[in-house]
Amino acid sequence: MAFANDVRFTVDQRSILARLQAVLPPDALLSAEEDMRPYECDGLTAYRALPLLVALPQTEAQVQAVLRACHELKVPVVPRGAATGLSGGAMPHEDGVVLSLARFKKILKIDPLSRTALVQPGVRNLAVSEAAAPYGLYYAPDPSSQIACTIGGNVAENSGGVHCLKYGLTVHNVLKVRGFTVEGEAVEFGADALDAPGLDLLALINGSEGLLAVITEVTVKLTPKPELAQVVLAYFDDVQKAGNAVADVIAAGIIPGGLEMMDKAATHAVEPYVKAGYDLDAEAVLLCESDGTPAEVAEEIERMKMVLEKSGATSLVVSQSEAERLRFWAGRKAAFPAVGRITPDYLCMDGTIPRKRLAEMLEAIGDLSVKYGLRCANVFHAGDGNLHPLIMYDANQPGEVERATAFGAEILELSVQLGGTITGEHGVGVEKIDVMAAQFTPAEISAFHRLKAAFDEKGLLNPGKGIPTLARCREYTLTRAQTGSAAAITPPRF
Amino acid sequence: MDTVLKEWIGRVHDAVETQQTLCIRGGGSKDFYGGNPAGPVLDTTAYRGIVAYEPTELVVVARAGTPLAELEALLAEKGQCLPFEPPHFGAGRATVGGMVAAGLSGPRRAAVGAVRDYVLGVKLIDGKGEWLSFGGQVMKNVAGYDVPRLMAGSLGTLGVVAEVALKVLPVPVAERTLRFALGEAEALKKLNAWGGQPLPIAASAWHDGALTVRLMGARAAVDAAQAALGGEPVADAAAFWQGVRDQTHAFFAGDGPLWRLSVASVTPPLGIPGPTLIEWGGALRWLRGDQGAEQVRSAAARAGGHATLFRGGDAIKASAGVFHPLSPALLRIHANLKRAFDPHGVFNRGRMYPDF
Ligand SMILES: Cc1cc2nc3c(=O)[nH]c(=O)nc-3n(C[C@H](O)[C@H](O)[C@H](O)COP(=O)(O)OP(=O)(O)OC[C@H]3O[C@@H](n4cnc5c(N)ncnc54)[C@H](O)[C@@H]3O)c2cc1C
Repeated sequence: MAFANDVRFTVDQRSILARLQAVLPPDALLSAEEDMRPYECDGLTAYRALPLLVALPQTEAQVQAVLRACHELKVPVVPRGAATGLSGGAMPHEDGVVLSLARFKKILKIDPLSRTALVQPGVRNLAVSEAAAPYGLYYAPDPSSQIACTIGGNVAENSGGVHCLKYGLTVHNVLKVRGFTVEGEAVEFGADALDAPGLDLLALINGSEGLLAVITEVTVKLTPKPELAQVVLAYFDDVQKAGNAVADVIAAGIIPGGLEMMDKAATHAVEPYVKAGYDLDAEAVLLCESDGTPAEVAEEIERMKMVLEKSGATSLVVSQSEAERLRFWAGRKAAFPAVGRITPDYLCMDGTIPRKRLAEMLEAIGDLSVKYGLRCANVFHAGDGNLHPLIMYDANQPGEVERATAFGAEILELSVQLGGTITGEHGVGVEKIDVMAAQFTPAEISAFHRLKAAFDEKGLLNPGKGIPTLARCREYTLTRAQTGSAAAITPPRF
Repeated sequence: MDTVLKEWIGRVHDAVETQQTLCIRGGGSKDFYGGNPAGPVLDTTAYRGIVAYEPTELVVVARAGTPLAELEALLAEKGQCLPFEPPHFGAGRATVGGMVAAGLSGPRRAAVGAVRDYVLGVKLIDGKGEWLSFGGQVMKNVAGYDVPRLMAGSLGTLGVVAEVALKVLPVPVAERTLRFALGEAEALKKLNAWGGQPLPIAASAWHDGALTVRLMGARAAVDAAQAALGGEPVADAAAFWQGVRDQTHAFFAGDGPLWRLSVASVTPPLGIPGPTLIEWGGALRWLRGDQGAEQVRSAAARAGGHATLFRGGDAIKASAGVFHPLSPALLRIHANLKRAFDPHGVFNRGRMYPDF
């Protein structure tokens, strides 16, 4: 599908090509259509666009030169990591240059004493933990895409993982970001210390979706590996009971290392693919992890089992070895690709809601699945209330994309109505740009635009993404009012 | 909309029209901190109270004028807390809004994160009198820029924070405080080495040859850590940590300048003469004395951090400012952000940096 980006630019391709040829080696600049095809989308394959050019710099000086040229000629720039993003954040702008950081692959320093790693943005998430492992340390945020996604992308999306309930999101684990403003000026956000003077710009850079600055270096915090971790698999004969069990665990004063949920559709997709050993008769499974000293884990696992049993778990399985624990998690982490095997296409939703509304949301999703005639598998970062319903469809069947999109929009609007948000970790990108109007008032959207302009006055970094134009908001509100959606008319308040 | 908020919006409109400034103030417990803003006071204490508290959601929503002590007492009833242990500075005056605006965190900061790490949502009035809501009550939320965290530590320069949603956590089951006789360099080495191990170290403070370490967590973990670390158990630990948090500890007595240096935790002793107290596993160093701003700031910068003239030193304040100077690129972004939220320069002029 084409995305109708309503922020357009008039760009002379030949002048920008000439300018970039002057500052980049030949193998760092792509301009032929067949070379640029692989860049036309990210993990959200439903939307595609070809850029004017793709730049693959290898040094900061080259990044700076590319930015200066683009800024001067008013050419949009779309930063790009591994393109595993699920909201179209790295999808090219038709009038612009893709600035890939894929060649920034060096781990510059692992410092066990200060427990930090200094890495380039194109380093893969898992590579950081692997490099830190010899020191008994790891990088805590572990998105399921961690074998592929980059630290730069993680910062830009403020990515989460299955362990962020206890260990925090990317924003909680990044100390310093070095990067370039759209004008090509070097800038540092954060510090080697625990805070920096002035406003907390580091908090803004996390989750900025490539709209505020280009990241070229990141200092992350490393965490000591716990002595032991064990995971409890708790099976339920009813998804709503599983949803309520999540709230019960937290209510008992337990903060598990991870607390995830999959429904039957998800485990059935995963099991043939990963052979994690899940019970396929159960309607839902919770993965509830404890970590710490052996004595601490033993104590906590007992408490977890008691709570889960009381909440109606039909059976409980505790991992008996590190290999088994990793296998149980491998199933959860492979959920998206596993579902990808059983359907031609799927849309991954990312709403977050208060935990106590999980059961309600699950029921609503079940109803919507019937309403739209599309299957849906549910994978949740349950402990955080972050939902990933995977709506399955076939883009080749007329009308299915539209039905899937409408199904997704209803889930997101409901997330907002239940006191939550349209996106917990995947970002707005192009995918959720219209639904932003369900969550924010025009005054708030305008404030976001002013904030963006404080970093990027000409609006050249990743234009048309993340924050909708006011025109888009008006159109959305009107359309949804006509189709009778309440959420579009009543912006939520917390 | 609440009448208090309507009144505040009216005052912002008036200030814009008459080209006046406003000085946002909660309980005034941190009046000493930062520059001296000009203009009549906008007092937030009238807008108080808990809006929502759901222990099972680990979230509390409070109005800005709510006394911090009141909020903490409510959480304690349910066995929960603000883990970052915000300083109160003065009996009962600190407010929730001031806590967020000041962005200061207490002894547990290095272990659990700062105020900014727990701010989930804010409602605010910007410099045009617009009522805006950002973030929410859920743990994960990446819709739009993270304005709620930006408000933490913004010292009221961007808007009047009227309501905040905060993440809370259970109070750890077990707690123990140990003391070790150690010199400064040795203590710093130990703290950093321990930091690389999975130990439940919640806080640390070194001063005058004594390193005090606080363990918090599951009972089994605290027992095991105590066995591994040794040290002498401290009896009046709660009072000690509160003294460090609220600066009633003897080190903080007196009126001389008090510098706050936020540096990389592995930085060896700074070698600047004068008494020092070290927190946050080595990442926070308090310094007393009349050292020149230039000397202190360059030492902090060399150590990967920055130095704040936290209290006193009016002459230095006038000549070198309270906060560490920003790079030109950052300063420009700061000025632009100020204009984005407060285009007429109404709020807390001069509280953070002289120009805004
Ligand atoms: C199978 C699968 C599982 C996933 N699981 C998770 C999960 O558990 N949790 C989660 O949070 N996400 C998950 N994701 C989403 C995705 O992996 C994350 O958003 C990831 O952080 C994106 O990293 P990337 O390097 O692929 O970035 P890209 O997709 O290349 O880019 C993402 C955004 O960041 C910007 N960007 C990238 N690099 C830079 C830079 N150097 N400077 C400035 N801006 C930059 C881009 O412009 C874009 O807006 C999953 C995706 C897949 C496909």
